[in-house]
Amino acid sequence: MKLWRFNGGLPALAEHKNESIHLAIETAPLPKQLIYPLSQHIGAAATASVNVGDRVLGGQKIAQANGVISAPVHTASSGTVVSIAEHPIPHPSGLPAPCIIIETDELDEHLAPSPIEDFRQSPISELINIVREAGIVGLGGAAFPTATKLDVQNKSSNIQTLILNGAECEPYISCDDRLLRERAEKVIEGIDILLYILGAQQAILAIEDNSPETFKAIQKATAEYANPLISTVKIPTIYPTGGEKQLIKTLTGKEVPAGHIPADIGIVSLNVGTVYAIQQAIVEGLPLTTRIITITGDGVKKPHNLEAKIGTPIKDLIDCCNGYTSVAERLIMGGPMMGFALPTDEIPIVKASNCILAASSQEVATEKDPMPCIRCGQCASACPASLLPQQLYWLSRSDQFQKAEKLNLFDCIECGCCDIVCPSHIPLVQHFRYAKSAIKSQRLEKQSSDKARDRFEAREARLAQEKAERAERSRKKKEALKNKEKPTLATPKAPLPSDNVEN
Amino acid sequence: MQFTTSNAPFIAPENSVQKMMLWVLIALLPGIITMIWQFGYGVLFNICIAVSTALLAEAAILYLRGKPVLPAISDLSATITALLLALSLPTLAPWWIPFVGAAIAIIIAKHLYGGLGYNPFNPAMIAFAILMVSFPKAMTVWTLPQTLQQAGFDFSSVLSIVADQLPAKEFIDAVTAATPLDELKTQLNLGKTITEIQQADIFGQYAGKGWEWVSCAYLLGGLWLMYKKVISWHIPVGLLGVLFVIALLFYLLEPGHAPSPLFHLLSGGAILGAFFIATDPVTAATTIKGRLIYASLIGLLTYIIRTWGGYPDGIAFAVIIVNMAVPTIDYYTQPRVYGHH
Repeated sequence: MKLWRFNGGLPALAEHKNESIHLAIETAPLPKQLIYPLSQHIGAAATASVNVGDRVLGGQKIAQANGVISAPVHTASSGTVVSIAEHPIPHPSGLPAPCIIIETDELDEHLAPSPIEDFRQSPISELINIVREAGIVGLGGAAFPTATKLDVQNKSSNIQTLILNGAECEPYISCDDRLLRERAEKVIEGIDILLYILGAQQAILAIEDNSPETFKAIQKATAEYANPLISTVKIPTIYPTGGEKQLIKTLTGKEVPAGHIPADIGIVSLNVGTVYAIQQAIVEGLPLTTRIITITGDGVKKPHNLEAKIGTPIKDLIDCCNGYTSVAERLIMGGPMMGFALPTDEIPIVKASNCILAASSQEVATEKDPMPCIRCGQCASACPASLLPQQLYWLSRSDQFQKAEKLNLFDCIECGCCDIVCPSHIPLVQHFRYAKSAIKSQRLEKQSSDKARDRFEAREARLAQEKAERAERSRKKKEALKNKEKPTLATPKAPLPSDNVEN
Repeated sequence: MQFTTSNAPFIAPENSVQKMMLWVLIALLPGIITMIWQFGYGVLFNICIAVSTALLAEAAILYLRGKPVLPAISDLSATITALLLALSLPTLAPWWIPFVGAAIAIIIAKHLYGGLGYNPFNPAMIAFAILMVSFPKAMTVWTLPQTLQQAGFDFSSVLSIVADQLPAKEFIDAVTAATPLDELKTQLNLGKTITEIQQADIFGQYAGKGWEWVSCAYLLGGLWLMYKKVISWHIPVGLLGVLFVIALLFYLLEPGHAPSPLFHLLSGGAILGAFFIATDPVTAATTIKGRLIYASLIGLLTYIIRTWGGYPDGIAFAVIIVNMAVPTIDYYTQPRVYGHH
C-alpha cells in the first residue's frame, strides 16, 4: 500500500518502549476507593444520578450524559457512594473538579451484562446507542464521545474509510501494542462491527514498524477473521504519526481541511483501545469501566501494563509496581511529549489515561534555560502542521495575537516537536498554549461585551419606545380632552386661509 | 506523594546553540589549516586578534547591558563571527584591521541591534564591508600563495608586518599580490583577454593558486555541516548554483571576457560564503522557499558586483543587501499549512 509523508516530525525520537512493551497485561487489584470525575471527556460534564449513601453495583451508571457531546460514567465495582464533591482530577490545570467517590466493598458485584447476540440483526441506531450508553470516548487521549463520532448517518458525507489508530507514537506507552498483541481477534471483531455501523468500504489498521510481533499477531487474527475489507498496514515510526491528522495523511495522502473533521472527507478514525471498548460493549454487553494503562519510567520499581479500573487512584497502581524508586522526579499522565505533570498521586486515572510515567531527572528535562531564538528554522522543518513556530513565537511573546492567528496558530497540535529540536531550548509549545488561551479568553470577553452592548442597546430602544408610546398616549388623551371641552368646535368647517398657505 | 509539575514536552531538547556553533567551528578547521598552509601565519594573527577582540567586546557589552556574561560568551557565536571575519581579511593586514573589524561586528552589528538573534545583518559581513570602504589599501595586502613565496618570509617578518612595522617596500612587493579576482578585474579593464590574464603566475588550473585549495577545504567542511544537518542544502546549493549558471551563461556568450564558472566558484569568498556566511541562521531567510530565493539573490548579486561593480569580490555586499530583503522574503514564502489551501 502506498504511504504518504507528513511534514517534519521526529524520526529519531528515543522510543523507550523496551521498558514496558514485553510486559503482558495484568489485572490491577480492586482499590479501596474509586474516584469518578464527572468530566472525563470533551464536552459537557455528566450529571450525577446517584446520591451519597447509595449502594452501587459494578457496571451501574452513576452519572448521565448531558446532551450529545457528553458521556455517562459507570462504576467498575460494587460499593457505597461516600461523597460527591470536588477532588483533584487529572487535568493540566491541576484544579479540583466534581467527582463521585465510591468506597468499594470487596464483593465486586456486577449488574448482569446485556450482550447483543448478532450485531448484524440490530439496527445501526441501536448499536450507536449502546456505544453511547456504555460511556465510550476516544481512549487515545482526546476523549471525544465516540457515539457522536459514529453517528454520521444524518450527516451529508459518506464514510468510505475507517482508520484504526494503532500507531502509539509517544515514547514509553505500550498499552495499545499489548492490547493488539494479546486481544487481536477482539479488536478485529470490533472493526467488523464498526464497518457495519459506518457502512465503510475499507478499514485500515495502522501499526508502527517498530513492533513486528504485534504486526504478526494482528495479521494472524485478520486472516482468521477473513473480512476482505480489513487490512493491516505498517507505517514508519515517526513521531507524531499517531496524531489523527498525520495518520490520515500517511495512509490516504489526504489532509483534513482546516476547520473540518475527518468525516467531511469520508474518513472516521478511532484508537484501537476504543475499538476494543466498542466490541466489549456490544458483544459482551459491558460498559466502559476498565482500560489498559502503561505504568513505566525509572521512577517505578517494576513497570507494568495493567488492566485497571477507571477511577483507580494512581498511588494504588504505583503500589502494583512495587512503589516508587528513589529517583522519581515527575509524575506524568500520558506520554512525555504531550502528557501533563500531576501534582499528586491521589488523582484517579480516567477513561483517556493511557500511561503513567514516573520519570527520573535523567528522563525529563527538569530545567530549561532558554536562549534567544536564532531563527535557525529547525522548528519549522520539524512541525507536522507546516507552521512557522519561530514566527508564532515572536508574535505570541509580544502579544500580537491577531497576527499569530493569521499564521494559523490554532492549527498547532501541541505535539512538542519544535521544543525538542530548538537549539535555544525555548519552550515554544508553552508560548503557543499561552497565546491560544489568551485569544480564547479575548473572544469570550468580546462575546460577553457584545452581549452586554446588545442588551444595553435593546434597553435604550425599549425605553425610547416606551417614552414615545407614553408621549403618544398623553397626546391622544389631551386631544380627547380638547375634543370633549369644545365639542362645538369639533364640527367640520372650512379650513382657515393660513392652512392653505402652509400646504 | 506530592510532585513538582512542569509543562510538556518533558523530553530534553536534542540540540543546543553551543553544539551548533561548535560544529561550525570544527567544519571551519580544514579551511583554516589550508589558509595557513597557503598564505602563512598572517591568517593565524588575524584569527587571534579578531577572536580575542570579539570576546572582550561581547563580555563588555553584556556587562553594560546587565546581562549574564558567561552563558553568552560560551555559546561560541561571537567566536564564529570573529573567525568568519578573520578568514575574509587579507593575510598581511595590520593588527588594527581585525581589531577594529571584530569590534564593529560585535558592538555595532550585533549588540546595538539587540544581541544574538536580533541582528538583521550578518555581523562579520558588516564589519568586512565597513573595513573595505574605510581602509581600502590595508584591505588588499594579501600574501602570495605558498607555492610562489620566496625565502625569508618567516614568522618574525609576518609579526612585524602585522604590528604595522612595515619592512622595506621591496620585501612587501615580493611577498604580496592582488587576489586573483582583483587581478582579473584590473586586467580585464585594461582590455586583456581571459587567456592572457590567466598566464600570470598567481593563476592556477581553475582559479587562483592556493585559493583553489582553500575553497576545496571550505567545501569539505561545508559538506560535513550539511551531513550533520547543522545547515540545510538550500542556501549553499541555491547560491553556488545561481552563481555557476550565470557565470556559465556569460562564459559561453563571451568566452574571452568572462572567466569560467569554476573560476567564480573557487575564487574569493564564494564557497566560504555559501556554506558558512550566508547560512548564518539569524540573518538568513527561514522558510525553505525563502532560503532558495535568498541564496539565489546572493549568487546573482555576487556575480553582478564581481563583474560590473567597484569591488573585486561581492559576497559581503551581496549578503548584506539580501539580508535587508529577508523579512519580505519570509513573509511571501510561508509554507502551506496542513489542511489549508
